[in-house]
Amino acid sequence: MLTKWRQQTFKYFVVEEEFPELSKHNNHMAKVLTKDMYAKLRDKQTPTGFTVDDVIQTGVDNPGHPFIMTVGCVAGDEESYDVFKDLFDPVISDRHGGYKPSDKHKTDLNFENLKGGDDLDPNYVLSSRVRTGRSIKGYALPPHNSRGERRAVEKLSVEALNSLDGEFKGKYYPLKSMTDAEQEQLIADHFLFDKPVSPLLLAAGMARDWPDARGIWHNENKTFLVWVNEEDHLRVISMQKGGNMKEVFKRFCVGLQRIEEIFKKHNHGFMWNEHLGYILTCPSNLGTGLRGGVHVKLPKLSTHAKFEEILTRLRLQKRGTGGVDTASVGGVFDISNADRIGSSEVDQVQCVVDGVKLMVEMEKKLEKGEAIDSMIPAQK
Amino acid sequence: MAGAFSRILSARRSVGILSLVGAGSLTAGYLLARERRVGAAANVRRLYPASAEYPDLRKHNNCMASHLTPAVYARLCDKATPNGFTLDQAIQTGVDNPGHPFIKTVGMVAGDEESYEVFADLFDPVIKERHNGYDSRSMTHPTDLDASKIRSGVFDERYVLSSRVRTGRSIRGLSLPPACTRAERREVERVVVDALGGLRGELTGRYYSLTQMTEQEQQQLIDDHFLFDKPVSPLLTCAGMARDWPDARGIWHNNQKTFLIWINEEDHTRVISMEKGGNMKRVFERFCKGLKEVEKLIVEKGWEFMWNEHLGYVLTCPSNLGTGLRAGVHIKLPLMSKDPRFPKILDNLRLQKRGTGGVDTAAVGSTFDISNLDRLGQSEVQLVQTVIDGVNYLIECEKRLEKGQDIRVPPPISQFK
Repeated sequence: MLTKWRQQTFKYFVVEEEFPELSKHNNHMAKVLTKDMYAKLRDKQTPTGFTVDDVIQTGVDNPGHPFIMTVGCVAGDEESYDVFKDLFDPVISDRHGGYKPSDKHKTDLNFENLKGGDDLDPNYVLSSRVRTGRSIKGYALPPHNSRGERRAVEKLSVEALNSLDGEFKGKYYPLKSMTDAEQEQLIADHFLFDKPVSPLLLAAGMARDWPDARGIWHNENKTFLVWVNEEDHLRVISMQKGGNMKEVFKRFCVGLQRIEEIFKKHNHGFMWNEHLGYILTCPSNLGTGLRGGVHVKLPKLSTHAKFEEILTRLRLQKRGTGGVDTASVGGVFDISNADRIGSSEVDQVQCVVDGVKLMVEMEKKLEKGEAIDSMIPAQK
Repeated sequence: MAGAFSRILSARRSVGILSLVGAGSLTAGYLLARERRVGAAANVRRLYPASAEYPDLRKHNNCMASHLTPAVYARLCDKATPNGFTLDQAIQTGVDNPGHPFIKTVGMVAGDEESYEVFADLFDPVIKERHNGYDSRSMTHPTDLDASKIRSGVFDERYVLSSRVRTGRSIRGLSLPPACTRAERREVERVVVDALGGLRGELTGRYYSLTQMTEQEQQQLIDDHFLFDKPVSPLLTCAGMARDWPDARGIWHNNQKTFLIWINEEDHTRVISMEKGGNMKRVFERFCKGLKEVEKLIVEKGWEFMWNEHLGYVLTCPSNLGTGLRAGVHIKLPLMSKDPRFPKILDNLRLQKRGTGGVDTAAVGSTFDISNLDRLGQSEVQLVQTVIDGVNYLIECEKRLEKGQDIRVPPPISQFK
């Protein structure tokens, strides 16, 4: 009897009936998705079964903010960027300053190519940090992976990380079995990540099965840290107090390359291609996925009329010291690279090093009551 | 063959086409399902053995976790309903919400009518635990919406402030809120709103779509306590019920504001009859009349409600199977509420108390929401009569306590009648 009803009431819904209502939406996906595009993509799926509805769900559920343009779509696996390129290509172009489908991305993790970066004034630069993400080839991404896949990523990652030695020797703390003491220490170190609460992540299915197969690995020196199975398979962070970005970046590059070697040996290298660079869950993190930044005291410069202009020209962005979406406290800002794709890791960290050095000099000038107009750079 | 069908179907609905296909229509139905949701069976990716996928439920306290053994998981994890709904999807809410030490949640949902069949190995024991031992394989559920059978359903209004009966209904052939696509959800809205437009007399009313209501309408609905909001409970959001909000969601009510329907919240429809005062009999009469009218109107258009003789009315959450009915009153019981025998009396009367804000709220002063505990295995008439008899007993107790007389804990009433 059920089958009879299934036949009688079954319909093939036309595009108009399935197409999401996006008139009040302000995110990249909503700006780009047309009915024709949806019609073309709705019958496709990636080899792991990810559909266009899965891709856009987070953007449909989160109309966005009038001032901040969110991306509004995610990848469920490496193939998503290919199967749904009609949607991802224009979103990537909008988000990444006109990056074209034919453009090639440069990867350069040779820390020796970075010039300077070891002489940022520690009276101003309080701490330095570089982070990126990595996805393990052959596994679906956090919006779509099953428990088995997530656990396999964890297992492989922990194996790789535990084989590191020297300054990289460290330990893994799985979220579901850490002791209270371990948890408190990780919070005190500002290392612990929590179950996502942002509706942007929840609507994309990234918090499923929490805290299964999630954890934090860090070295004994607490200068190299890896998050497993949060918003990406891996988030890799190198950081230390003070302004020696050169050292932070060296550790970052060396650590990443060592981890990558181990994954490659298991035939599960990192997801990467010459057009998109490193493949991550959110299109905003494609390319290098790198955010290199400092916490820097700029109380005078930050109130200068040209502060925003200077940042834009230097290809930098500011955030509060609590991270994205926070305000600055006491004139201390988080300054980092604005770009992710189309320039290499070395290029982007170079921007940060050169830009912050210049801004500290500007701050010093302003302290002496001098003008900084002649120092304002041309657009990079 | 699939290719030929997709070309025919590419631009229009297929309902008429299936009749052309004739004897092969069973196959056609499944081929069409496969075209619409490419590779429904392929949704169940099996890269790992069941043991690698089995969830960690050691810290969990919900009905799903109590009954999902590794063996049951292994048996069911490769299956999917014709719509492509999988076991992992059914249990996701229970995996993500370990539960409360005191309150045992259900921990799983159905994505469509077939879920209860395809995943019966798990749903059956969950249903049995949640519904007092009801065996859905062997027992039948009685449906009875004949309000004339109700005895003495008018309460003393010095105690009873308001009376309410609610249930849910699902439209057969369309997926449920955890799994429905936008088009299916919009179809539910269309079918139900179309039917409601045919209601007459005291049931005449209008629809307020969540996407289109004016600020004024919204304020009025809030003032009437009719407006429902986007779910925030992780029990619901983890089950995917808030997707695409507020698309195809809305509220319909009659002009007198005594008959109200929620569309596409936690179920396809939630149907509520209510009024101030103690005339539960009239509330239930309107409830039955409205439900039957709506059913008649959808049947005229070729639709029906999800129902079967074992599970009664099929709804998203197993806790609402059977009648899906909660009949209750807001009642003042200042002396009873202080009596230590109050919980036991309620229990024996098969009643539960809640605060006047609904489930998960505390009572204000000594005003309680008192309603039936049971949903499945007894009919609507039986459950409402149970509430009426129970509330009358509570009022008698309150009156006796007022006069300084003692009260008696009644013997427990039997469950499956």
